[in-house]
Amino acid sequence: MEERRPILHMKDIHKHFPGVKALSGVQFRLFPGEVHALMGENGAGKSTLIKVLTGVYSIDQGYVEMEQKRIAIQSPQDAQEAGISTVYQEVNLCPNLSVAENIFIGREPRRFGRILWKEVNRAAASLLEERMNLSIDVTLPLHAYPIAIQQLVAIARALNISAKVLILDEPTSSLDRGEVRQLFDVMNKLKGEGLAILFVTHFLDQVYEISDRITILRGGEFVGEYAASALPRIELVSKMIGKELKLLEELPKQQADANEAAGELLLEAKSLGRKGSIEPFDLSIRKGEIVGFAGLLGSGRTEAARLLFGADRPDQGSLRMGEAGAVHTPRQAIDQGIAFCSEDRKGEGIIDDLTIRENIVLALQASQGWFRSISKKRQSEIAEQFIEALNINPPNPDQLIKNLSGGNQQKVLLARWLLTDPKLLILDEPTRGIDIGAKAEIQKLVMSLSEKGMSVLFISSELEEVLRVSDRIAVLRDRRKVKEMSGDDMSEQQVMKAIAGGGEG
Amino acid sequence: MLKRQHMPIFVTVALFAFIFIAGSFRYTGFFSAQVLLNLFIDNAFLLIVAIGMTFVIVSGGIDLSVGSVIALTTMISATLLQDGWSPAAVIPLVLILGSAFGAGMGAIIHYFKIQPFIVTLAGMFLARGLCYVISTNTITIDNAFYTSMAQTKLTLPGGSFVSISVLIALLVFGAAFYMAHYTRFGRNTYALGGNEQSAVLMGLPVARTKIGVYMFSGFCSALAGVVFTFYMLSGYGLHAIGMELDAIAAVVIGGTLLTGGFGYVAGTLFGVLIQGVIQTIISFEGTLSSWWTRIVIGLLLFLFIVLQKLFSGRQLLQKHRA
Amino acid sequence: MKHHLFWPVTVLALLLLFNLLYDPSFFSIKLREGQLYGSLIDILNFGAPLILVSIGMTLVIATKGIDLSVGSIVAIAGAMACLTISKGADQNSIGLVATAILMSLALSLALGLWNGLLVAGVGIQPIIATLILMVAGRGIAQLITSGQIITVTSDNYEYIGAGSLFTLPFSIFIVAVMFAAASLLTRKTAIGLFIESVGNKPVASRLAGIRSRAVMIAVYLFCGLCAGIAGLILSSNVSSADGNNAGLWYELDAILAVVIGGTSLNGGRFYLAGTVIGALIIQTLTTTIYTIGVPPEITLVVKAFVVLVVCLIQSESFRKTLMRRWRTRRYPAEKELTRHA
Repeated sequence: MEERRPILHMKDIHKHFPGVKALSGVQFRLFPGEVHALMGENGAGKSTLIKVLTGVYSIDQGYVEMEQKRIAIQSPQDAQEAGISTVYQEVNLCPNLSVAENIFIGREPRRFGRILWKEVNRAAASLLEERMNLSIDVTLPLHAYPIAIQQLVAIARALNISAKVLILDEPTSSLDRGEVRQLFDVMNKLKGEGLAILFVTHFLDQVYEISDRITILRGGEFVGEYAASALPRIELVSKMIGKELKLLEELPKQQADANEAAGELLLEAKSLGRKGSIEPFDLSIRKGEIVGFAGLLGSGRTEAARLLFGADRPDQGSLRMGEAGAVHTPRQAIDQGIAFCSEDRKGEGIIDDLTIRENIVLALQASQGWFRSISKKRQSEIAEQFIEALNINPPNPDQLIKNLSGGNQQKVLLARWLLTDPKLLILDEPTRGIDIGAKAEIQKLVMSLSEKGMSVLFISSELEEVLRVSDRIAVLRDRRKVKEMSGDDMSEQQVMKAIAGGGEG
Repeated sequence: MLKRQHMPIFVTVALFAFIFIAGSFRYTGFFSAQVLLNLFIDNAFLLIVAIGMTFVIVSGGIDLSVGSVIALTTMISATLLQDGWSPAAVIPLVLILGSAFGAGMGAIIHYFKIQPFIVTLAGMFLARGLCYVISTNTITIDNAFYTSMAQTKLTLPGGSFVSISVLIALLVFGAAFYMAHYTRFGRNTYALGGNEQSAVLMGLPVARTKIGVYMFSGFCSALAGVVFTFYMLSGYGLHAIGMELDAIAAVVIGGTLLTGGFGYVAGTLFGVLIQGVIQTIISFEGTLSSWWTRIVIGLLLFLFIVLQKLFSGRQLLQKHRA
Repeated sequence: MKHHLFWPVTVLALLLLFNLLYDPSFFSIKLREGQLYGSLIDILNFGAPLILVSIGMTLVIATKGIDLSVGSIVAIAGAMACLTISKGADQNSIGLVATAILMSLALSLALGLWNGLLVAGVGIQPIIATLILMVAGRGIAQLITSGQIITVTSDNYEYIGAGSLFTLPFSIFIVAVMFAAASLLTRKTAIGLFIESVGNKPVASRLAGIRSRAVMIAVYLFCGLCAGIAGLILSSNVSSADGNNAGLWYELDAILAVVIGGTSLNGGRFYLAGTVIGALIIQTLTTTIYTIGVPPEITLVVKAFVVLVVCLIQSESFRKTLMRRWRTRRYPAEKELTRHA
């Protein structure tokens, strides 16, 4: 093993964005004939590393070697020419073109400039047949096939460009079990043919099923490179989350469970589920209770929360909020006292072009309707109140929200929902990407809200944080709710075990 | 075998056949080769513009400037001919000007990422305005070449005839058909309309294709302008007003998806013919007035757009099957 | 940062200044037979329909939409009113004129609703959805007028577009009322906030609980109404309805006015006052070109450049390219350095 030379070697990679160190001193080695899993939570630097490899970002420091030669990757074309091809989760092909065309477009066999379609179709069919064990009608448009097939077609295109390194970026996120099987068969076959595969996924089971080695990143830094067989699941999880096992022995002091069984039932979900995003789960939340969702990115925690808020439509199960009844749309959810802070702050939270003041009053105004307008004077009062209470900076209600830092934007969104005085506040990653000070403030706020009788559903990648604030924790793994724990069962070790799953640890 | 992706064009052809047959039963003298050929004669220029428009729409864009470019072409041709230029110089010149005009718009759209609709809108104003800079009056053409082109009838076996313009339009049609289905430029156009970001990541020449598409549309408009000049034998700033709408309607009725990525040049041919046959029926009817054409075309547009919506909705569903 | 009205006002002022220099009597206003006359009054008077249509268009564009059918609605509204009046026994009767106005406004609202349903209900892209009515609308207008120009002789109807009140053209008051109504509706109720929110971030707005469909249908309704009133003013001004040419190219002028006024075609923040100034700029431009004796159609060339310049200024890629050029010109050495690094 040690005598083999890596086909791809990234050394001491640094990448800065304004205000963020996305990668600092990261290294990565990929050998021919292996499947190498790249693991890390949000903000670990996985996607930045891949974008460096595919030529979307340039690097500030460090270099990339391909077959012992330094290469400069400035564009997706450069990457392709160097033999690095990428297949993304949302397949980057043209759904309107035929399968054969998607494999060959740009390099179609021609005679006197005329594309030889027979040749194209024949070559495509045999390529899929021989290397993917796939016999399909290659003249049909790509969109006629399921995502799994589309991904195989994308891989076939990559191979046809004579790829030596294949990057699979979360290819399995929207596949069912049978399709994952099919993909893994192809991966094993290609691995046998000497291809080097970089595999990114959130599913731990899959990591252990297919990969030979694992590289872990955390917070833009290199944590380590391990043989998959030598790294127990629980250790993998602890390295991703950033908790050493030995530290786990010193259990943090549990908070008094004063709220346990105190409040009446507020929300009840029964076998609520949506195909492809979260398997059916039960959940009940009591008044004044803080329920935490723990789980890795992609474990289904966000998807579950979206169903509770009516942001996505469930395809089975029921959801009741008190006596008021069912929840189908965000509007209904809000009317029944549910508030939802999305993890996608930029896309689904803030309204860029509006001011702090307008962003704060938006949800309340929406539930009051068009004509019961909140006067501008009142809006400013409200905004100033929250600016002071949540310590929002700059303390100017008329500042555009897009000019605020992430933490302050998050506080504005919190203010937006607090103003509606919800019975249940769903916070999806409320502290991601914000500084320590703001983080602590938000945690403190959540706890004080629960003391005042508000229920909170708290979702976070940071285990420590979930444990600190929650009365009860539901653990999710691979799009399923796998465990629920409260009181003395709630320890980092237990939660991590549940997150890791499998028999080990 | 009829494949599912050929359904839209099948609907268009069937619709044309239905209207034509219905007209034949209703009106005496309707069912004749000459009535059919007249559809080509009267709509040769529309066919040429619509073919250029097909490429633009397939690529995911739109070109509102085509009607004005036709007018500008008639204007430039008429003035230069009046000044004694030879048609052998005038025609290549206007074709080059039209192509350059289109390429310029394409470059602005691509490099500055401005919506095609607003850039070609500016192009529309500009071309129309330039007509009036030349002259606000009609300039008639008495050049021998142009009048002979206008009057020559190519007699077909059976006694019916077509004009030279029809020949030109069919040549363009053949070339465009070949280009769309058998050249890299054509396929890249479809890829661009299917998913521009993917096209970039797949390493396709996006800039060249996009500019090329608008250039081709500009060329087609200029050529349609030349044919229009044969037809009208005059240059005038008010020529071909609203032609862009007719062209867009023909393309959509021909089964091309307005959101891009899907469509056939052959469909556009039938889209043009459907517009022509509706006009013919209305003139045969006598009591119906010409504005019914617009209403019927609007109705067809509505039907086809809703059909497209259903069609692409299904497509999208499959894309996000997860 | 400059006030959002800075550029529109400056351009308008420059245009007016040019006119003043060219023709010193440009600003003079005379009182004749109880009515004010002068170029400035003319600009306001002739610009009234465009201002109205542009106000409606502003709200549509603020929701990331566009309405290409306004020109057709202008024609239809005028045709409907004139048809109703021409059918009456006494064309001048107040009741008849009122009926005519109500009928044509109801029709305009229905057409706006049609657009709104296609966009918000069926989910068709706005530019495509409104294209349908843009194509069919002219035919409908001609259907109403039977392809002829309907002439009416009704002093009461004529008053809308050609009458005067307190020495000023009556149409100016209509515009003022509609502008005030739009401003009040958007600034004193929550509708403006919702429009900007939906146009800026549709998904986030939905998650904040805004009923975005209702907002969109409302703006297309309002836009239809504005176009309808504009149609009434136009047809009453000439006491006739021309299905073919009334409101021709209004959609384009209105979009232009909105863009000049500072509202982005990408939706979000909108500026009603900016739009009004934008429409005035377009009208002044037309008047200017008349005064200096160039064929009026040449306005189109000027408009083409205005559209391009405004859009280029709004284009981020263009600004970046420009900035790069400017920087490299100023620091050529730095560019060298980075190239060698």
